[in-house]
Amino acid sequence: METAIKGSVASIPDESEAPPLSPGELIWRRFRRHKMALAGVTTLILLILYSLAGTLVFSEAFANYTDTSLRLMPPSATHPFGTDTVGRDILARTIYGGQISLLIGLFAVVVEVIVGVLIGAIAGYYGGWIDAILMRFTEAMFNIPQLFLLLVMAKFFGGKIPTIDIFGRTFSGSVVVIVFIIGLTSWMYLARIVRANFLSLKEREFVLAARTTGTKNLAIIFQHILPNSMAPIIVSATLSVANAILTEAYISFLGLGVQPPTATWGNMLDGAYNYIETAPWLWIFPGMLIVLTVLSINFVGDGLRDALDPRTLTQ
Amino acid sequence: MTPLLEVQNLTTRFHTLDGIVHAVNGISYTLEEGETLGIVGESGCGKSVSVLSIMGLIPEPPGKIAAGQVLYRGQDLLKLDEAQMQHIRGHEVAMVFQDPMTSLNPVLTVGRQISETLTVHLGMSEEHACLRAVELLGMVGIPQPDDRYGDYPHQFSGGMRQRAMIAMALACAPSILIADEPTTALDVTIQAQIIDLVKTLRERLGMAVIWITHDLGVVAGLAEKMIVMYAGFIVERGNVDDIYGNPRHPYTLALLKSLPRVDRSSQEKLATIPGLPPDLLGLPPGCPFAPRCAYEVERCRQENPQLAQIGRDHEIACWVDVTTGRER
Repeated sequence: METAIKGSVASIPDESEAPPLSPGELIWRRFRRHKMALAGVTTLILLILYSLAGTLVFSEAFANYTDTSLRLMPPSATHPFGTDTVGRDILARTIYGGQISLLIGLFAVVVEVIVGVLIGAIAGYYGGWIDAILMRFTEAMFNIPQLFLLLVMAKFFGGKIPTIDIFGRTFSGSVVVIVFIIGLTSWMYLARIVRANFLSLKEREFVLAARTTGTKNLAIIFQHILPNSMAPIIVSATLSVANAILTEAYISFLGLGVQPPTATWGNMLDGAYNYIETAPWLWIFPGMLIVLTVLSINFVGDGLRDALDPRTLTQ
Repeated sequence: MTPLLEVQNLTTRFHTLDGIVHAVNGISYTLEEGETLGIVGESGCGKSVSVLSIMGLIPEPPGKIAAGQVLYRGQDLLKLDEAQMQHIRGHEVAMVFQDPMTSLNPVLTVGRQISETLTVHLGMSEEHACLRAVELLGMVGIPQPDDRYGDYPHQFSGGMRQRAMIAMALACAPSILIADEPTTALDVTIQAQIIDLVKTLRERLGMAVIWITHDLGVVAGLAEKMIVMYAGFIVERGNVDDIYGNPRHPYTLALLKSLPRVDRSSQEKLATIPGLPPDLLGLPPGCPFAPRCAYEVERCRQENPQLAQIGRDHEIACWVDVTTGRER
């Protein structure tokens, strides 16, 4: 009897033999199970490669080269995606446009996250009248239709910012304007998510523990509470990238976004509606790229949501 | 000589929608350098609120420190602004909480949480703080501290987490360690280990300890002085030996009777204190313990007794002498 007990004790594996997984490993293990998310990541990587590696094949000058004698050529060996209304090569333009569209998506979300997290964190952590003011402001922003805000801001700021040269390339100033416009009109959801998270996290004991060791408020907000609400922020930000790309597409489609000759997937659609039936290659290729990007980002977002927060498993 | 910590007439209230909650009602005590004070009482009798008030960690609103002074080396902590208080917290007075499962930040490594205190208060460089944190983890008895430095709290067991919390509290060598029921969430063997650890560290670092608990046995083995609290009042104060050997307040007596003892027959039923602690929203005018008290006399319902000396360093707040059962 005694030996049996001893045996059972000895069979318990030693803690040091199988160290528990780190949070990163756990997240990756759960993310991997999400097949659509993996497909999304792969597609996204391919799309990024497409818009980066393509610059090795075509120069930007070629993408912006107009030759009206070649206008509206259907896809052929020399122009695989055809040419547009002023004879520019659509393949080259989707490559350069992709860079701009993806960059806008990314940077608009950076702006959105900075504003949203700041407002949400401060409102949630401090509470009281600070919270009341910030949240009323957030609601006010919500109540103005985003499209209206976008159009007014685009009209107001458009053309006021000079073109910018980075990495030997010239960007239309409208790119920067669009980044800020999209970022500044879409932070409200994120601010609410962050605030809600902070409201519950600030009551947790580890916050009190941090305060008893004399940690300053800002350090508590950004070093102790914020890392705990990274999961919803990452998920929301990922999905926002897709939204930002779509938003850019529709302002550019309305002609108020990024100004030609700088190409984006969105402004390539501008004017294509006159040729929906006669020259479908004008909208099929940029349109497909937008759909593909947005879809894959959404799948990645779903995968991240499941991986980061196992409680909301969708299966 | 001024004592290390002198709490005078500390009164903390919470202004809630239902009315004013009188959580701590004018308590006073002193703590000398290197001394250990036990604060004992039922749940909800103001033990934790009283120490959180000292640390300036009462959420305001709804909380409010209505009166009193907290003199730390002669300096009133209640008058300090937030920045000065941040210097005191962790650096001079540190605190360990009840539940080590929730008081470590789940997304930061244990080592980082300890070294942060060092960089903030002592202005150590990252590497120096890291080395010191490993040393502290070793000091509180965590095996292979350099491997464990980068672990997350969920990779630690409950006892190890409480050890890590203690390491964090001791990082800046505070003169007072406040332990708010630090062993309640742990099992008995780990509890004994933690108590031993605090004892050893107390002697090694020469710090004073305020140990809050509802386990009278713990106080007996650890503290020199103790306070028994009820409904936000101190009902009995004295040396641990005096109170255990000669408990004079009916509440202390009842608490001691409700303690299981190894030298008593297991057939014997444990005594309980009937009723519940009073609602701190509206205290009756008399002694708050009167409705549950076995020694209650007429006067108890009308007047709340003040603390009165009954022996050398032994005070109680009661109208009755429990040894005779008659009014004093």
